[in-house]
Amino acid sequence: MKKNNFLLLSLLLALSVVLAACNFGGSKEDSGSTSTDGTSSKELNLVLTSEPPSLHPQLATDSASNAILQNVFEGLTTVKDGEVVKAMAEDIQVSEDNLTYTFTLRDAKWSNGDTVTAQDFEYAWKFALNPASASEYASILYPIKGAQSYNEGEGAVEDVAIKVVDEKTLEVTLENPTPYFLELTAFKTYYPIHSKTAEANANWAADAGDNYITNGPFTLADWQHSGSITLEKNETYWDAANVALNKVNISMVENEATAATMFDAGEIDFLGAPYQTVGLDVINRYKEEGILNIQDYAAIYVYKFNTTGEFTKNANIRKALTLAIDRQGLIDNITKGEQTPALGMVPKAIKGFEEDRGYFKDNDLEEAKKALAAGMQELGITDPSQIQINLSINTSEAHAAIAQFVQEGWHKNLGIDVTIDNSEWQVYLDKVSNLDYDVARMGWIADYNDAYTFLEQYDSAKNGNNDTGWEHPEYASLLKQSITETDADARIELLKQAEAVAMSEFPIAPVYYYTNLFVKKDYVENMAPDSLGNVQLKYVDINK
Amino acid sequence: MLKYIFKRLVYILIALWVIVTATFFLMQLAPGSPFASERSFPPQIEAQLNAKYGLDNPWYVQYKDYLIDTVTFDFGESMKYKGRSTNDMIAESFPISLTLGIEAMILAIGFGILFGVISALYHNKFPDYLASTLAVLGISVPSFILAGLMQYFLAFKLGMFPVSGWKGFAYSILPAFAIAITHAGFIAKLTRSSMLEQSNSDYVKMARAKGLGKWTTVFKHTLRNALLPVVTYLGPLTAGVVTGSFIIEQIFAIPGLGKHFVTSITNRDYTVIMGTTVFYSIILLFAVLIVDILYSVIDPRIKLRGAKK
Repeated sequence: MKKNNFLLLSLLLALSVVLAACNFGGSKEDSGSTSTDGTSSKELNLVLTSEPPSLHPQLATDSASNAILQNVFEGLTTVKDGEVVKAMAEDIQVSEDNLTYTFTLRDAKWSNGDTVTAQDFEYAWKFALNPASASEYASILYPIKGAQSYNEGEGAVEDVAIKVVDEKTLEVTLENPTPYFLELTAFKTYYPIHSKTAEANANWAADAGDNYITNGPFTLADWQHSGSITLEKNETYWDAANVALNKVNISMVENEATAATMFDAGEIDFLGAPYQTVGLDVINRYKEEGILNIQDYAAIYVYKFNTTGEFTKNANIRKALTLAIDRQGLIDNITKGEQTPALGMVPKAIKGFEEDRGYFKDNDLEEAKKALAAGMQELGITDPSQIQINLSINTSEAHAAIAQFVQEGWHKNLGIDVTIDNSEWQVYLDKVSNLDYDVARMGWIADYNDAYTFLEQYDSAKNGNNDTGWEHPEYASLLKQSITETDADARIELLKQAEAVAMSEFPIAPVYYYTNLFVKKDYVENMAPDSLGNVQLKYVDINK
Repeated sequence: MLKYIFKRLVYILIALWVIVTATFFLMQLAPGSPFASERSFPPQIEAQLNAKYGLDNPWYVQYKDYLIDTVTFDFGESMKYKGRSTNDMIAESFPISLTLGIEAMILAIGFGILFGVISALYHNKFPDYLASTLAVLGISVPSFILAGLMQYFLAFKLGMFPVSGWKGFAYSILPAFAIAITHAGFIAKLTRSSMLEQSNSDYVKMARAKGLGKWTTVFKHTLRNALLPVVTYLGPLTAGVVTGSFIIEQIFAIPGLGKHFVTSITNRDYTVIMGTTVFYSIILLFAVLIVDILYSVIDPRIKLRGAKK
């Protein structure tokens, strides 16, 4: 009798396994992707670090979402090889005062066959600006007249200067002449969305399927949450003739080492941001194999100073700390990604800022000691060991290693006392924005290829991205002039002057300009991130 | 028996309430906000976000909302993954973790008991030393090291298995082993010691004296008694294994439930924290209940309190 119970139990167990095994069918079996007959299919295999938090162009904020969005949607313009080219717009007229842009749309179709209209753009942009949508990236639309006050709940939607002249013509009036406006229209928040679907179903972007209608080179064919995403060539795309790939299989692999093994095993064809990253432990090996590619990236790693802190309120102390970082040593020994030592606030990948502006020298200990002495005198301190600096980082092995290297340098060369404290990301962000720190690490990636994206955040202490408490009237006025300046060279000159002002008071210590590392298989062509870290799969080809 | 189960169900409800309450207040106490972002947005937008998820309400209103969510088992939209409901996230990822977990459990129990029995039968002989060494190795080598090694050698070097992903049975073999080995080690040690205890008892000697074979005695008599401690261990173990392992899922890129337990906390994704916690608690509490019921099946001498015969 009892024996039968056991039998029953084990039968039950076996049954549940069989039932559960059916679940494997849930994620589609992609026989084509791994088998050897992929010669003519033109499939590309990639990995992404995480599940994209949102594939709604107006709600997405992060790079994983961006990596998908920029290949399934297309804005009025797009950036190719660092230059703005027309995309959904066939013609762009700019008024003489540089305030009114008139876009004429080309004859483009959505993936369901509908025509892409000016209303779709208007709908998408106003959706982002609608305070009820709570779009975290809405501020990138603020150059449009009336956008900011509407988004902040003060103005009315009628006052937002986005005008649909007719189905094919969109007229936009700006608050100020914004020289980089056509860079912005290539950004994800400026993408159109299919207004009819979005109106009918607010959650249209939560899954792949009939509701997910796109206008870019690819469609979102399949989305297994946290598992994989499949893109397929969009046959209704206006430039479909120039899209080589038929299919892109993207799996989500969180672990760097796993991604590298997958690349080694030939399961994926490309590895490097935004499609996972080349891990620190394989950089050297790929370098020796001669397949590692290194590209400048418009992004900067900085140490922010709390300019209201006990010691860091003194500009000379901040100068001393900034100068006493051995950036080259840090790059050679710790970060190892051939980054460039940052000696300014704008990365060299940005137009007009390729050359070093010479604000200070890397690891200039002599000047650092002088500045320290001056600073101590101003603060009435006699011994450098009385200075106690708290170096804050968010929990991460890489940030910890960098912080320890800098701590060692400051302690050894300046004799000051440095402690490192780390906290989780969500806590850390709160701490930094509440100025509850002395020195804090932060990264900044350009949204558009213009120095303004790096300098704007310090225009006033109230700026939500400033986080240093620093402001300077001359800096603010130079930035203000740069917005209205229409001559490109004069504008860059103004921005450089502003940078020089900041680099005399050091609200931040620039550490390094990022690079993008990537490896790819030989048969993958035209695949490389641009200076903003974008990879456009439209141009990628496979020749096996 | 029914009365006993009913009583236990009431206890489960009380335990759930305690867990929900404790989780809620821990979440309230933890610093950091789900909407803190590297790139700041206007305070008006943050207010909108807070209003959308009810975070602008006073704590007792939020507490009441959470209790209602728990009762109706509808935890609402994730704060990190826009437009995705917590229920969907659990419904999509749990079957994957369950499949992998059951596979791992079968391996762990099978190998664990087999090794345990072998070492007990050949006490202080070579097979005992071998099995015990393997068991200790299994326990002491962390699963992520094992996973990494297996992935590198078996999947990459020898090409016997896919490196990662979740597209078929072949994809589940390595992760199932990686999860199972530690538990198999524990089960082997448990089985061995209680088998040894039983082997010296009179009924085993009697059975052997009757002329029953070594293995027949084991399966007919000894194992049944020796398994009690193992079953105790199996309850919580099953609950833990079928809800997924964060590290193994990360290494083998398996879209299971395990990662949501950890990432929802670092993201301060309150709705998902609550959903996964309640879900895990229910499974754990029921696993423990089932174990208690199983006791009486395995050993008729054990009477359930409240049960009348």
